Amino acid sequence: MSTTATQKKTGRLARISAAGTSPGVPSPRTAYLGIALIAMGLLVLAPALLTPFELRQMGRFVCYAMVAVGIGLAWGRGGMLTLGQGVFFGIGAYCMAMHMQLEDAALRGEETPQFMGTFGVDLPWFWEPFHSPLMTILLILLLPAALAFALGYSVFKRKVRGAYFAILNQAMVFAFVTLLVGQQATLNGSNGLSGFESFFGFAIHDPANRQMIYMIAAALLVIMMLVAYWMMRSRFGELLVATRDAEERVRFLGYDPAIIKTITFVTAAVMASVAGAMFVPLVGIISPAELGVVPSIAFVIGVAIGGRATLFGPVLGAIAVAWAESTLAENFPSGWTYFQGLLLILVIALLPGGIASVGRYLRWKHRGEAGKPTSEDPAPSDPATSDPESENSQKEAAS
Amino acid sequence: MSQSAALTVQDLEVTFGAFTAVGGASFVAEPGEVHFLIGPNGAGKTTCVDAVTGLVRGSGRVTLGEQEVLGRPVQKIARIGVGRTFQTASVFEQLSVLQNLDIAAGMHRSPWSLMGRRRGVEDRIRDALEQTQLEDLWDRPAGILSHGQKQWLEIGMLLVQDARVLMLDEPVAGMSLEERNATGELLHRVKQDRAVVVVEHDMEFMRSFASRVTVLHQGTVLSAGSVAEVQADPKVQEVYLGTASMTEEDAAQADAMAVQTAGGPHA
Repeated sequence: MSTTATQKKTGRLARISAAGTSPGVPSPRTAYLGIALIAMGLLVLAPALLTPFELRQMGRFVCYAMVAVGIGLAWGRGGMLTLGQGVFFGIGAYCMAMHMQLEDAALRGEETPQFMGTFGVDLPWFWEPFHSPLMTILLILLLPAALAFALGYSVFKRKVRGAYFAILNQAMVFAFVTLLVGQQATLNGSNGLSGFESFFGFAIHDPANRQMIYMIAAALLVIMMLVAYWMMRSRFGELLVATRDAEERVRFLGYDPAIIKTITFVTAAVMASVAGAMFVPLVGIISPAELGVVPSIAFVIGVAIGGRATLFGPVLGAIAVAWAESTLAENFPSGWTYFQGLLLILVIALLPGGIASVGRYLRWKHRGEAGKPTSEDPAPSDPATSDPESENSQKEAAS
Repeated sequence: MSQSAALTVQDLEVTFGAFTAVGGASFVAEPGEVHFLIGPNGAGKTTCVDAVTGLVRGSGRVTLGEQEVLGRPVQKIARIGVGRTFQTASVFEQLSVLQNLDIAAGMHRSPWSLMGRRRGVEDRIRDALEQTQLEDLWDRPAGILSHGQKQWLEIGMLLVQDARVLMLDEPVAGMSLEERNATGELLHRVKQDRAVVVVEHDMEFMRSFASRVTVLHQGTVLSAGSVAEVQADPKVQEVYLGTASMTEEDAAQADAMAVQTAGGPHA
């Protein structure tokens, strides 16, 4: 249909093409090149150059970056400030941790994980599905999706948004952590789950296996970036930006914004869950302290600093902030929190688009100094379509 | 193009608590007509449009052709074929003109088309760009358009949406005379097979471009008919201008009043 249209229409209309992307969406060349560079850095350079300890740290940062990709979509592109990603991160992490605990118990020839022995309890019912590796992977994907769908759809249908949505998310994290801490005998309470020996049959302390787990996490991050780019560039991505900027208007065009937002929220939740699932074998522990209110806010800080509405900003921001944290925390144990807070305030006050927007700002400024953009179309000649600005500039040029 | 149909509003009532904003308004907007809803501030013009498009709850009966309109959610009403614009142009400022139109055309595509990116420009979008004279601006962000161009883009969005009834809320407020005339001509170009309903304060614009006029006052229909019939109606003269007949000077005065109040909340 579109090709016949191109042939039929001539003149000014013929120039109109399908091209053009939303702000913050890089061109395919930039996007694939950037993703390829990140993939190269994470999958080739990092394993070659970093010590095993540093690679382990890097694995942790990669997990935060996965959460960040989802937050970038939900918050940056969709305007939903997801301050509760710790819940979904935690679901993925605990699913994986329960499976690994059962695997270890089976290797020892026991029925229950070690910590349960001290409480003398039988295996609780909700541990049962995690005997199966396949079921574990399915639940890592489906549980957060189902929860995010139920929560998102009911909340967005009622037009809860902005700060109310963020507060609701925080309350959800708080409730989730309280629930976990209360499960002393069944989930080891605030100590969390740790002391893992194997990961899907591979000895976890073997350096080769450790590197393989890191590579899987890094590959998943690259895949998520590709998914994010695809979502940003598709018609759905355009509709999502439209919904973010004028939700009611979208409704009058025949769309239900609640569905658009829910799909995005679910995507972000699944990404956080996968990140949590990879965090457990990489770091070796999951406890409520890793996914509470404060970590949930910390997830967002990297995204804000990097540039929430961009493709690369969330990932690079999350990795940079996590790296800065671990470096600074070694030297100034108590100083990091202040520094982090200062960084966030500076970015929000001076650079709302994050560091990723610096390049665009400079380009824009450069173009502004060089005069009007030298696009292929001159100032409109039809008086009905010319705007006052271009009329003025024409007058200036004439005088 | 979907079948053209008349918008029939019967005894429409809208209440906010104890306050009756619209108390039994009736009118019929026929395809091929530019139907003006006029009236002083607070007459319930915009509230009528809000009720028909599902933004506020109303009672009575509203049909588009054979289809019931009232009681459905906003997005369903849009899909039946009722489209509207707003007093303050609300286009997606970050997106380009083409992207704005493409989103508006979405209800005619399968939901799965959202998964892919735009690969071509549909005929209906080219036509709308031509009609609204925005061809040269297709790749500009809608945010940089002038006020008038934003209103035209909104009308263009209604065209690609293939709305059977276009409800425009003060489309020419803040426009220059030239832009007003261009808008009026645009409305008459697009009225074929469509009903166009215009809420307006601007009497001069109404006189120049109305096929039919319904005058609302305090939530009820005061008068209806052609421009000449309405202008000759003593009740209308009384409401608008005291007892004097509607002269050019008075109309200018009414215009001035309209300008003063145009920035306020929904009338």
